[in-house]
Amino acid sequence: MTSYIMIFITAIFVNNIVLSQFLGICPFLGVSKKISTSAGMGGAVMFVMTLSTIVTYLIYNLLLLPNDLTFMTTIVFILVIASLVQMVEIMLKKLSPVLYQALGIFLPLITTNCAVLGIAILSIQKDFTLLQAVCFTLANAMGFTLAIIIFAGLRERLARTKVPAALQGTPIALITAGLLAMAFMGFAGIGTH
Amino acid sequence: MDKTSFQNLTRGLIKENPTFVMLLGMCPTLGVTTSAINGLGMGIATLFVLILSNMAIAAVKNFIPDKVRIPCFIVIIATFVTVVELVMSAYLPGLYAALGIFIPLIVVNCIILGRAEAFASKNTVFQSFLDAVGMGAGFTLSLTTLGLVREILGAGSAFGWNFAGSDANTMLLFIMPPGAFLALAGLIILFNKFIKRSAD
Repeated sequence: MTSYIMIFITAIFVNNIVLSQFLGICPFLGVSKKISTSAGMGGAVMFVMTLSTIVTYLIYNLLLLPNDLTFMTTIVFILVIASLVQMVEIMLKKLSPVLYQALGIFLPLITTNCAVLGIAILSIQKDFTLLQAVCFTLANAMGFTLAIIIFAGLRERLARTKVPAALQGTPIALITAGLLAMAFMGFAGIGTH
Repeated sequence: MDKTSFQNLTRGLIKENPTFVMLLGMCPTLGVTTSAINGLGMGIATLFVLILSNMAIAAVKNFIPDKVRIPCFIVIIATFVTVVELVMSAYLPGLYAALGIFIPLIVVNCIILGRAEAFASKNTVFQSFLDAVGMGAGFTLSLTTLGLVREILGAGSAFGWNFAGSDANTMLLFIMPPGAFLALAGLIILFNKFIKRSAD
């Protein structure tokens, strides 16, 4: 049980997927202007990431590993994720229009979100059991959501302040992200004893 | 060389520099640039995939139905990424370990899919080759610069050559995650101020 709790704490705070692993930087910088949209993105990522890790985990262990096809991992995983995202989009549209309204516009963007493919590959590399892989993925998705919502909050405040001309736009966003990463460094060391 | 070819070749270096102007491929840019060598290695791996995939896509563009072009592009790109992955793990195991997860993640690097969609799917093989060389060189150059700046400030060395001495007080922050954001912000400010303005 403690090992599962440790997976959560480590992934959310200590090794935050965005701020210390640098996965999913594109949506982190791109869709973080408002708290509401970034929360939507976080939800969509959580949904797709968990689903894709389960599917890729099963494909890897039941199909690729027994047939000695592990060199195909990258190709198979990206195809599975791309088609999965498409399928989720079609199914959500039919089954839950409300959820589709909330997450729909973010779904196409997720295919190229390296966090999804990255976590799928990392769960394989870390030799997790299926349950551990699911916890690991959920925890990382929560870490992503936490980081992007905090960042969006900072940027909402930033939009109302006077920024020096040279820093406007990207530089100030990067500096803010840097400060946020520094704050998260305070968690370093938890769980290493 | 005629004028369009020259433009295609040099576009990626400054005017549409993928890192400093277009802000594409941010994950490897921030993730692997803890040293100049890592930045250079990542840049060259991406350059290689970009050249091959751009040429392959330009060559087969007329056979691919428009509706399924993105999945087709992804398969082509993923194939070349796998080639790079296998070659690197065989001949450069040290660099392969240092770059880690970011090597398979070249597949989802938006520069490559972006160039495939915006350029290679509309142009000839040769022009796509020039475009890929320019964009890849721009990316490599930016990553190496960022890696070099972080290595000098954070570790007191350059391309692995330690000039500050082993007991120097360096700014460790710059080879840690926050330093990536701060160093990139600084470089973008300098790029906008000096290089981009003089090029316009």
